[in-house]
Amino acid sequence: MEPAFQNPAFLWRNPRPKPAYDVVIVGGGLHGLATAYYLAKNHAVQNVAVLERGWLGNGNAVRNTTIIRSNYLRDESMPLYELSLKLWETLAAELDYDVLFDQRGLLQLAHTRAEANDARRTVYANRLAGIDAEWLEPEEVKAFCPILNISPRVRYPVVGASLQRRGGIARHDLVMFALARAASARGVDLLQGCEVTGFRIENNRVQGVETSAGAIAAGKVGLASAGRTPLLARMAGFDLPIQSTPLQALVSDGLEPVLNSVVMSGLLHVYVSQAKNGGLVMGAARDNYVSYAQRGSFNILEWQIQAALELYPIMSRAHMLRTWAGIVDVSPDASPIIGRTPVENLFVNCGWGTGGFKATPVSGWVYAHTLAHGEPHELNAAFSLERFETGALIDEHGAAAVAH
Amino acid sequence: MLLIGCPYCGPREENEFRYGGEGVPIPTDADDRAWARFLYYRDSPAGLFTERWVHTHGCRQWFTVVRDTLTHEISATGKLDEAAR
Repeated sequence: MEPAFQNPAFLWRNPRPKPAYDVVIVGGGLHGLATAYYLAKNHAVQNVAVLERGWLGNGNAVRNTTIIRSNYLRDESMPLYELSLKLWETLAAELDYDVLFDQRGLLQLAHTRAEANDARRTVYANRLAGIDAEWLEPEEVKAFCPILNISPRVRYPVVGASLQRRGGIARHDLVMFALARAASARGVDLLQGCEVTGFRIENNRVQGVETSAGAIAAGKVGLASAGRTPLLARMAGFDLPIQSTPLQALVSDGLEPVLNSVVMSGLLHVYVSQAKNGGLVMGAARDNYVSYAQRGSFNILEWQIQAALELYPIMSRAHMLRTWAGIVDVSPDASPIIGRTPVENLFVNCGWGTGGFKATPVSGWVYAHTLAHGEPHELNAAFSLERFETGALIDEHGAAAVAH
Repeated sequence: MLLIGCPYCGPREENEFRYGGEGVPIPTDADDRAWARFLYYRDSPAGLFTERWVHTHGCRQWFTVVRDTLTHEISATGKLDEAAR
Protein backbone atom coordinates (compact mmCIF):
# COMPACT_ATOMS: atom_id res chain seq x y z
CA MET A 1 0.00 0.00 0.00
CA GLU A 2 1.29 3.46 -0.86
CA PRO A 3 1.80 6.07 1.84
CA ALA A 4 -1.52 7.52 2.93
CA PHE A 5 -0.50 11.11 2.45
CA GLN A 6 1.07 11.01 -1.00
CA ASN A 7 0.98 14.44 -2.64
CA PRO A 8 -2.35 14.69 -4.44
CA ALA A 9 -0.73 16.41 -7.42
CA PHE A 10 0.63 13.04 -8.47
CA LEU A 11 -2.57 11.10 -7.96
CA TRP A 12 -4.46 11.81 -11.16
CA ARG A 13 -4.00 13.09 -14.69
CA ASN A 14 -5.24 16.58 -15.59
CA PRO A 15 -6.18 16.10 -19.26
CA ARG A 16 -7.72 18.55 -21.70
CA PRO A 17 -11.41 17.94 -22.39
CA LYS A 18 -12.15 15.63 -25.33
CA PRO A 19 -14.91 16.75 -27.73
CA ALA A 20 -17.13 13.82 -26.74
CA TYR A 21 -17.62 11.20 -24.04
CA ASP A 22 -19.92 8.23 -23.59
CA VAL A 23 -20.85 9.51 -20.13
CA VAL A 24 -20.39 12.98 -18.63
CA ILE A 25 -20.81 13.25 -14.86
CA VAL A 26 -21.55 16.77 -13.58
CA GLY A 27 -19.91 17.21 -10.20
CA GLY A 28 -16.50 16.07 -8.96
CA GLY A 29 -17.53 15.28 -5.41
CA LEU A 30 -17.27 11.88 -3.80
CA HIS A 31 -20.43 10.53 -5.43
CA GLY A 32 -19.39 11.70 -8.88
CA LEU A 33 -15.92 10.21 -8.50
CA ALA A 34 -17.29 6.92 -7.16
CA THR A 35 -19.75 6.77 -10.06
CA ALA A 36 -16.96 7.27 -12.59
CA TYR A 37 -14.82 4.64 -10.89
CA TYR A 38 -17.55 2.00 -10.88
CA LEU A 39 -18.57 2.86 -14.46
CA ALA A 40 -15.05 1.97 -15.53
CA LYS A 41 -14.60 -0.98 -13.19
CA ASN A 42 -18.01 -2.68 -13.08
CA HIS A 43 -19.40 -1.75 -16.49
CA ALA A 44 -16.31 -1.27 -18.72
CA VAL A 45 -17.49 2.26 -19.59
CA GLN A 46 -14.20 4.11 -19.66
CA ASN A 47 -14.85 7.01 -22.00
CA VAL A 48 -16.08 9.06 -19.05
CA ALA A 49 -15.51 12.63 -17.88
CA VAL A 50 -16.17 14.11 -14.46
CA LEU A 51 -16.82 17.87 -14.71
CA GLU A 52 -15.97 19.90 -11.62
CA ARG A 53 -16.68 23.66 -11.59
CA GLY A 54 -14.09 24.32 -8.88
CA TRP A 55 -11.43 21.85 -7.89
CA LEU A 56 -11.59 18.34 -6.49
CA GLY A 57 -12.16 18.63 -2.77
CA ASN A 58 -13.65 22.13 -2.58
CA GLY A 59 -17.23 21.14 -1.86
CA ASN A 60 -19.16 18.75 0.33
CA ALA A 61 -16.50 16.06 -0.23
CA VAL A 62 -14.47 17.75 2.49
CA ARG A 63 -17.24 19.59 4.39
CA ASN A 64 -18.98 16.55 5.88
CA THR A 65 -18.40 15.05 9.32
CA THR A 66 -17.25 11.67 7.86
CA ILE A 67 -19.81 9.50 9.69
CA ILE A 68 -20.53 6.04 8.27
CA ARG A 69 -23.43 3.80 9.33
CA SER A 70 -26.23 1.72 7.81
CA ASN A 71 -28.92 1.73 10.52
CA TYR A 72 -31.77 3.22 8.52
CA LEU A 73 -35.40 2.19 9.02
CA ARG A 74 -37.16 1.42 5.74
CA ASP A 75 -37.05 -1.77 3.68
CA GLU A 76 -35.87 0.23 0.65
CA SER A 77 -33.12 2.05 2.56
CA MET A 78 -31.56 -0.68 4.65
CA PRO A 79 -30.11 -2.80 1.82
CA LEU A 80 -28.84 0.35 0.08
CA TYR A 81 -26.96 1.71 3.10
CA GLU A 82 -25.83 -1.75 4.21
CA LEU A 83 -24.21 -2.43 0.82
CA SER A 84 -22.50 0.92 1.23
CA LEU A 85 -21.09 -0.11 4.60
CA LYS A 86 -19.94 -3.44 3.17
CA LEU A 87 -18.20 -1.61 0.32
CA TRP A 88 -16.52 0.70 2.87
CA GLU A 89 -15.16 -2.38 4.65
CA THR A 90 -13.09 -3.30 1.58
CA LEU A 91 -12.69 0.11 -0.07
CA ALA A 92 -9.12 0.88 1.04
CA ALA A 93 -7.89 -2.55 -0.10
CA GLU A 94 -9.77 -2.29 -3.38
CA LEU A 95 -8.47 1.20 -4.15
CA ASP A 96 -5.03 0.33 -2.76
CA TYR A 97 -5.08 3.53 -0.74
CA ASP A 98 -5.69 3.95 2.95
CA VAL A 99 -8.75 6.05 3.86
CA LEU A 100 -8.42 5.63 7.66
CA PHE A 101 -11.75 3.80 7.80
CA ASP A 102 -12.34 3.05 11.47
CA GLN A 103 -15.33 1.01 12.69
CA ARG A 104 -15.19 2.44 16.18
CA GLY A 105 -18.90 2.07 16.88
CA LEU A 106 -21.69 4.60 16.59
CA LEU A 107 -24.15 5.61 19.30
CA GLN A 108 -27.44 7.36 18.58
CA LEU A 109 -28.75 8.85 21.80
CA ALA A 110 -32.38 8.88 22.83
CA HIS A 111 -33.48 11.69 25.14
CA THR A 112 -37.21 11.01 25.47
CA ARG A 113 -39.45 7.96 25.79
CA ALA A 114 -40.71 8.53 22.26
CA GLU A 115 -37.18 8.62 20.91
CA ALA A 116 -36.32 5.46 22.83
CA ASN A 117 -39.29 3.65 21.30
CA ASP A 118 -38.38 4.82 17.81
CA ALA A 119 -34.75 3.82 18.31
CA ARG A 120 -35.71 0.33 19.50
CA ARG A 121 -38.03 -0.06 16.54
CA THR A 122 -35.10 0.74 14.24
CA VAL A 123 -32.84 -1.66 16.14
CA TYR A 124 -35.35 -4.49 15.62
CA ALA A 125 -35.87 -3.60 11.96
CA ASN A 126 -32.11 -3.56 11.43
CA ARG A 127 -31.66 -6.96 13.05
CA LEU A 128 -34.39 -8.46 10.87
CA ALA A 129 -32.53 -7.09 7.87
CA GLY A 130 -29.22 -8.57 8.98
CA ILE A 131 -27.73 -5.24 10.08
CA ASP A 132 -25.93 -5.15 13.42
CA ALA A 133 -27.78 -3.09 16.00
CA GLU A 134 -28.10 -3.06 19.77
CA TRP A 135 -30.10 -1.13 22.33
CA LEU A 136 -28.14 0.17 25.35
CA GLU A 137 -29.53 1.34 28.69
CA PRO A 138 -27.98 4.53 30.14
CA GLU A 139 -25.37 2.68 32.25
CA GLU A 140 -24.32 0.65 29.20
CA VAL A 141 -24.09 3.86 27.19
CA LYS A 142 -21.83 5.31 29.89
CA ALA A 143 -19.63 2.21 29.81
CA PHE A 144 -19.29 2.48 26.04
CA CYS A 145 -18.64 6.24 26.08
CA PRO A 146 -17.25 7.25 29.50
CA ILE A 147 -17.16 11.02 28.91
CA LEU A 148 -20.92 11.15 28.34
CA ASN A 149 -23.01 12.74 31.07
CA ILE A 150 -25.96 10.42 31.80
CA SER A 151 -27.31 12.37 34.77
CA PRO A 152 -31.14 12.44 34.76
CA ARG A 153 -31.00 16.02 36.10
CA VAL A 154 -30.21 17.76 32.82
CA ARG A 155 -32.50 19.37 30.27
CA TYR A 156 -32.21 16.45 27.84
CA PRO A 157 -31.20 13.33 29.80
CA VAL A 158 -29.84 10.26 28.03
CA VAL A 159 -32.51 7.56 28.41
CA GLY A 160 -30.64 5.06 26.22
CA ALA A 161 -29.00 4.70 22.85
CA SER A 162 -28.84 2.48 19.82
CA LEU A 163 -25.40 1.19 18.93
CA GLN A 164 -24.06 0.06 15.58
CA ARG A 165 -20.63 -1.39 16.28
CA ARG A 166 -19.75 -1.52 12.58
CA GLY A 167 -20.41 2.21 12.24
CA GLY A 168 -17.54 4.66 12.30
CA ILE A 169 -15.65 7.28 10.34
CA ALA A 170 -13.12 7.66 7.51
CA ARG A 171 -10.86 10.51 6.41
CA HIS A 172 -12.88 12.27 3.72
CA ASP A 173 -9.99 13.91 1.84
CA LEU A 174 -8.23 10.55 1.58
CA VAL A 175 -11.44 9.03 0.20
CA MET A 176 -11.47 11.76 -2.42
CA PHE A 177 -7.80 11.16 -3.29
CA ALA A 178 -8.31 7.39 -3.47
CA LEU A 179 -11.37 7.57 -5.74
CA ALA A 180 -9.89 10.25 -8.02
CA ARG A 181 -6.67 8.29 -8.38
CA ALA A 182 -8.46 5.02 -9.11
CA ALA A 183 -10.89 6.60 -11.59
CA SER A 184 -8.10 8.42 -13.40
CA ALA A 185 -6.01 5.24 -13.59
CA ARG A 186 -8.94 3.52 -15.32
CA GLY A 187 -9.10 6.21 -17.98
CA VAL A 188 -11.68 8.62 -16.54
CA ASP A 189 -10.95 12.29 -17.38
CA LEU A 190 -11.23 14.50 -14.30
CA LEU A 191 -11.85 18.02 -15.61
CA GLN A 192 -11.41 20.66 -12.93
CA GLY A 193 -12.42 24.28 -13.47
CA CYS A 194 -15.02 23.05 -15.96
CA GLU A 195 -18.43 24.50 -15.09
CA VAL A 196 -21.58 23.40 -16.87
CA THR A 197 -23.37 26.48 -18.22
CA GLY A 198 -26.06 24.76 -20.29
CA PHE A 199 -27.37 21.52 -21.76
CA ARG A 200 -27.70 20.65 -25.45
CA ILE A 201 -31.08 18.97 -25.71
CA GLU A 202 -32.74 17.91 -28.99
CA ASN A 203 -36.14 16.20 -29.16
CA ASN A 204 -36.10 15.93 -25.37
CA ARG A 205 -32.85 13.95 -25.48
CA VAL A 206 -29.63 15.31 -24.05
CA GLN A 207 -26.76 15.52 -26.55
CA GLY A 208 -24.11 17.13 -24.42
CA VAL A 209 -23.24 20.05 -22.20
CA GLU A 210 -22.01 23.60 -22.65
CA THR A 211 -19.19 24.37 -20.27
CA SER A 212 -16.77 27.12 -19.33
CA ALA A 213 -14.22 25.04 -21.30
CA GLY A 214 -16.41 24.73 -24.41
CA ALA A 215 -19.05 22.30 -25.65
CA ILE A 216 -18.71 18.61 -24.78
CA ALA A 217 -20.89 15.99 -26.48
CA ALA A 218 -22.17 13.14 -24.35
CA GLY A 219 -24.10 9.93 -24.86
CA LYS A 220 -25.46 10.22 -21.36
CA VAL A 221 -25.21 12.90 -18.69
CA GLY A 222 -25.42 12.20 -14.96
CA LEU A 223 -25.94 14.99 -12.43
CA ALA A 224 -24.03 14.43 -9.18
CA SER A 225 -24.03 17.99 -7.93
CA ALA A 226 -25.60 17.89 -4.45
CA GLY A 227 -26.74 21.41 -3.49
CA ARG A 228 -26.39 22.80 -7.00
CA THR A 229 -28.63 20.14 -8.57
CA PRO A 230 -31.80 22.31 -8.56
CA LEU A 231 -29.94 24.98 -10.56
CA LEU A 232 -28.72 22.43 -13.12
CA ALA A 233 -32.15 20.82 -13.42
CA ARG A 234 -33.73 24.17 -14.15
CA MET A 235 -31.00 24.76 -16.76
CA ALA A 236 -32.12 21.51 -18.39
CA GLY A 237 -35.77 22.57 -18.23
CA PHE A 238 -37.26 20.61 -15.34
CA ASP A 239 -37.74 20.99 -11.59
CA LEU A 240 -36.77 18.77 -8.67
CA PRO A 241 -38.34 18.52 -5.20
CA ILE A 242 -35.05 19.66 -3.67
CA GLN A 243 -34.26 22.65 -1.49
CA SER A 244 -30.63 23.60 -0.91
CA THR A 245 -29.65 24.82 2.56
CA PRO A 246 -26.46 25.29 4.60
CA LEU A 247 -25.30 22.60 7.01
CA GLN A 248 -22.61 23.61 9.48
CA ALA A 249 -19.84 21.79 11.27
CA LEU A 250 -16.86 22.72 13.40
CA VAL A 251 -13.66 21.23 14.70
CA SER A 252 -11.71 21.81 17.91
CA ASP A 253 -7.96 22.03 18.25
CA GLY A 254 -6.09 18.76 18.61
CA LEU A 255 -6.68 17.10 21.99
CA GLU A 256 -5.65 13.94 23.79
CA PRO A 257 -7.85 10.96 22.88
CA VAL A 258 -11.08 11.32 24.90
CA LEU A 259 -13.73 9.91 22.58
CA ASN A 260 -13.37 6.48 20.97
CA SER A 261 -16.76 6.27 19.27
CA VAL A 262 -19.14 8.36 17.19
CA VAL A 263 -21.98 9.82 19.27
CA MET A 264 -25.03 11.40 17.67
CA SER A 265 -28.05 13.15 19.12
CA GLY A 266 -30.81 13.78 16.62
CA LEU A 267 -32.93 15.72 19.10
CA LEU A 268 -30.13 18.11 20.06
CA HIS A 269 -28.62 18.33 16.59
CA VAL A 270 -25.12 17.56 17.72
CA TYR A 271 -22.94 14.69 16.61
CA VAL A 272 -19.34 14.24 17.60
CA SER A 273 -16.33 12.12 16.79
CA GLN A 274 -12.65 12.62 17.46
CA ALA A 275 -10.51 12.60 14.34
CA LYS A 276 -7.17 10.81 14.23
CA ASN A 277 -5.36 14.14 14.68
CA GLY A 278 -7.22 14.73 17.96
CA GLY A 279 -9.71 17.31 16.73
CA LEU A 280 -13.28 16.96 17.93
CA VAL A 281 -15.40 17.06 14.77
CA MET A 282 -18.92 18.26 15.50
CA GLY A 283 -21.86 18.58 13.16
CA ALA A 284 -24.71 21.01 13.74
CA ALA A 285 -28.25 21.61 12.54
CA ARG A 286 -29.19 22.96 9.15
CA ASP A 287 -29.91 26.63 8.66
CA ASN A 288 -33.45 26.08 7.50
CA TYR A 289 -33.61 28.40 4.50
CA VAL A 290 -32.58 28.22 0.87
CA SER A 291 -28.96 29.30 0.47
CA TYR A 292 -25.95 28.82 -1.77
CA ALA A 293 -23.65 30.95 0.41
CA GLN A 294 -21.73 28.03 2.03
CA ARG A 295 -22.03 29.65 5.44
CA GLY A 296 -24.54 29.46 8.24
CA SER A 297 -25.66 31.44 11.25
CA PHE A 298 -23.82 31.60 14.53
CA ASN A 299 -26.93 30.86 16.60
CA ILE A 300 -26.99 27.33 15.14
CA LEU A 301 -23.45 26.73 16.43
CA GLU A 302 -24.32 28.29 19.78
CA TRP A 303 -27.23 25.87 20.22
CA GLN A 304 -25.02 22.96 19.20
CA ILE A 305 -22.32 23.92 21.71
CA GLN A 306 -24.89 24.29 24.50
CA ALA A 307 -26.03 20.73 23.89
CA ALA A 308 -22.48 19.43 23.55
CA LEU A 309 -21.41 20.91 26.88
CA GLU A 310 -24.36 19.36 28.67
CA LEU A 311 -23.64 15.94 27.17
CA TYR A 312 -19.83 16.16 27.48
CA PRO A 313 -18.81 18.48 30.35
CA ILE A 314 -15.16 17.61 29.63
CA MET A 315 -15.37 19.63 26.40
CA SER A 316 -15.93 22.94 28.18
CA ARG A 317 -12.27 23.92 27.79
CA ALA A 318 -11.82 22.80 24.21
CA HIS A 319 -11.15 25.56 21.71
CA MET A 320 -13.06 25.84 18.49
CA LEU A 321 -10.57 25.91 15.64
CA ARG A 322 -12.70 26.30 12.52
CA THR A 323 -16.33 26.33 11.42
CA TRP A 324 -17.65 25.85 7.92
CA ALA A 325 -20.81 25.00 6.00
CA GLY A 326 -21.72 22.95 2.97
CA ILE A 327 -24.84 23.30 0.84
CA VAL A 328 -26.98 20.20 1.19
CA ASP A 329 -29.75 19.05 -1.17
CA VAL A 330 -32.74 18.20 0.99
CA SER A 331 -35.55 16.04 -0.37
CA PRO A 332 -39.08 15.92 1.10
CA ASP A 333 -38.71 12.37 2.51
CA ALA A 334 -35.04 12.58 3.54
CA SER A 335 -34.16 9.93 0.95
CA PRO A 336 -32.14 10.36 -2.23
CA ILE A 337 -33.46 10.62 -5.78
CA ILE A 338 -31.48 8.35 -8.14
CA GLY A 339 -32.71 7.67 -11.63
CA ARG A 340 -34.23 9.08 -14.79
CA THR A 341 -35.36 12.66 -15.35
CA PRO A 342 -37.96 14.08 -17.76
CA VAL A 343 -35.07 14.50 -20.27
CA GLU A 344 -33.91 11.31 -21.99
CA ASN A 345 -30.36 10.17 -21.26
CA LEU A 346 -30.09 12.78 -18.50
CA PHE A 347 -30.00 11.19 -15.07
CA VAL A 348 -30.00 12.54 -11.56
CA ASN A 349 -28.46 11.45 -8.26
CA CYS A 350 -29.33 13.96 -5.56
CA GLY A 351 -31.31 14.47 -2.37
CA TRP A 352 -28.76 12.80 -0.10
CA GLY A 353 -29.18 15.92 2.00
CA THR A 354 -27.34 15.84 5.28
CA GLY A 355 -26.09 12.25 5.02
CA GLY A 356 -24.32 11.64 1.72
CA PHE A 357 -20.80 10.80 2.86
CA LYS A 358 -21.64 7.34 4.20
CA ALA A 359 -23.36 6.50 0.93
CA THR A 360 -20.39 7.35 -1.29
CA PRO A 361 -19.59 3.78 -2.41
CA VAL A 362 -23.17 2.59 -2.95
CA SER A 363 -24.22 5.85 -4.57
CA GLY A 364 -21.49 5.36 -7.14
CA TRP A 365 -22.30 1.65 -7.43
CA VAL A 366 -26.01 2.03 -8.26
CA TYR A 367 -25.64 5.26 -10.25
CA ALA A 368 -22.96 3.68 -12.44
CA HIS A 369 -25.37 0.82 -13.11
CA THR A 370 -28.17 3.29 -13.87
CA LEU A 371 -25.99 5.26 -16.28
CA ALA A 372 -24.52 2.16 -17.97
CA HIS A 373 -27.86 0.44 -18.55
CA GLY A 374 -30.24 3.39 -18.72
CA GLU A 375 -32.24 1.55 -16.05
CA PRO A 376 -31.97 1.66 -12.28
CA HIS A 377 -30.19 -1.03 -10.28
CA GLU A 378 -32.66 -3.02 -8.14
CA LEU A 379 -31.36 -1.19 -5.07
CA ASN A 380 -32.25 2.28 -6.38
CA ALA A 381 -35.41 1.47 -8.35
CA ALA A 382 -37.62 2.71 -5.49
CA PHE A 383 -35.63 5.95 -5.21
CA SER A 384 -37.12 7.40 -8.39
CA LEU A 385 -38.33 10.92 -9.04
CA GLU A 386 -41.78 9.44 -9.79
CA ARG A 387 -42.31 8.46 -6.17
CA PHE A 388 -43.44 12.00 -5.39
CA GLU A 389 -46.35 11.48 -7.80
CA THR A 390 -47.19 7.88 -6.86
CA GLY A 391 -46.92 8.66 -3.16
CA ALA A 392 -44.49 5.79 -2.50
CA LEU A 393 -42.24 7.95 -0.35
CA ILE A 394 -39.34 6.49 1.64
CA ASP A 395 -39.62 8.45 4.86
CA GLU A 396 -36.26 8.45 6.61
CA HIS A 397 -36.69 11.58 8.71
CA GLY A 398 -36.27 9.44 11.80
CA ALA A 399 -33.03 7.87 10.63
CA ALA A 400 -31.66 10.83 8.71
CA ALA A 401 -33.16 13.95 10.26
CA VAL A 402 -30.18 16.23 10.44
CA ALA A 403 -27.99 13.85 12.35
CA HIS A 404 -26.12 11.49 10.09
CA MET B 1 -28.45 35.24 12.57
CA LEU B 2 -30.66 37.10 10.15
CA LEU B 3 -32.45 40.26 11.22
CA ILE B 4 -35.92 39.99 9.70
CA GLY B 5 -38.28 42.92 9.41
CA CYS B 6 -41.66 41.55 10.41
CA PRO B 7 -44.22 43.81 8.70
CA TYR B 8 -46.35 43.70 11.86
CA CYS B 9 -43.76 43.81 14.69
CA GLY B 10 -40.65 45.36 13.16
CA PRO B 11 -37.12 43.96 13.07
CA ARG B 12 -36.64 40.76 15.10
CA GLU B 13 -33.96 38.08 15.28
CA GLU B 14 -34.24 35.08 13.00
CA ASN B 15 -34.85 32.54 15.76
CA GLU B 16 -38.27 34.10 16.42
CA PHE B 17 -39.33 32.95 12.94
CA ARG B 18 -39.88 29.79 10.98
CA TYR B 19 -39.18 29.37 7.31
CA GLY B 20 -41.84 28.64 4.73
CA GLY B 21 -39.98 28.81 1.45
CA GLU B 22 -41.82 29.40 -1.78
CA GLY B 23 -45.50 30.21 -1.41
CA VAL B 24 -47.57 27.76 -3.45
CA PRO B 25 -51.33 28.16 -3.99
CA ILE B 26 -53.54 25.17 -3.16
CA PRO B 27 -54.76 23.58 -6.40
CA THR B 28 -58.52 23.16 -6.65
CA ASP B 29 -58.59 20.44 -9.29
CA ALA B 30 -55.28 18.59 -9.45
CA ASP B 31 -54.03 15.41 -11.11
CA ASP B 32 -51.17 13.44 -9.51
CA ARG B 33 -48.51 15.60 -11.12
CA ALA B 34 -50.06 18.90 -10.04
CA TRP B 35 -50.71 17.54 -6.54
CA ALA B 36 -47.07 16.35 -6.24
CA ARG B 37 -45.95 19.78 -7.34
CA PHE B 38 -48.08 21.43 -4.67
CA LEU B 39 -46.97 19.06 -1.89
CA TYR B 40 -43.28 18.55 -2.57
CA TYR B 41 -41.83 20.98 -5.10
CA ARG B 42 -40.46 24.27 -3.77
CA ASP B 43 -38.27 26.64 -5.70
CA SER B 44 -34.57 26.73 -4.69
CA PRO B 45 -33.05 29.53 -6.77
CA ALA B 46 -29.62 31.16 -6.57
CA GLY B 47 -30.11 34.91 -6.21
CA LEU B 48 -33.19 36.97 -5.31
CA PHE B 49 -35.96 34.82 -3.89
CA THR B 50 -39.45 35.80 -2.77
CA GLU B 51 -40.18 33.46 0.12
CA ARG B 52 -42.46 33.13 3.11
CA TRP B 53 -41.64 33.28 6.80
CA VAL B 54 -43.90 33.07 9.85
CA HIS B 55 -43.32 35.01 13.07
CA THR B 56 -43.83 31.96 15.30
CA HIS B 57 -42.68 33.56 18.55
CA GLY B 58 -44.34 36.90 17.87
CA CYS B 59 -47.51 37.86 16.03
CA ARG B 60 -47.75 34.42 14.34
CA GLN B 61 -48.43 36.07 10.99
CA TRP B 62 -47.16 34.73 7.67
CA PHE B 63 -45.49 37.31 5.44
CA THR B 64 -43.22 37.69 2.43
CA VAL B 65 -39.46 38.25 2.39
CA VAL B 66 -37.30 39.07 -0.61
CA ARG B 67 -33.87 37.63 0.17
CA ASP B 68 -30.73 36.96 -1.88
CA THR B 69 -29.81 33.29 -1.42
CA LEU B 70 -26.19 34.02 -2.40
CA THR B 71 -25.61 36.70 0.25
CA HIS B 72 -28.57 36.29 2.68
CA GLU B 73 -29.28 40.03 2.24
CA ILE B 74 -32.95 40.88 2.79
CA SER B 75 -34.11 43.66 0.46
CA ALA B 76 -37.84 43.78 1.28
CA THR B 77 -40.56 42.32 3.47
CA GLY B 78 -44.29 42.72 3.19
CA LYS B 79 -47.72 41.51 4.21
CA LEU B 80 -49.15 38.74 2.08
CA ASP B 81 -51.96 40.86 0.70
CA GLU B 82 -49.76 43.77 -0.31
CA ALA B 83 -46.57 42.11 -1.62
CA ALA B 84 -46.22 40.19 -4.82
CA ARG B 85 -46.59 36.54 -3.92
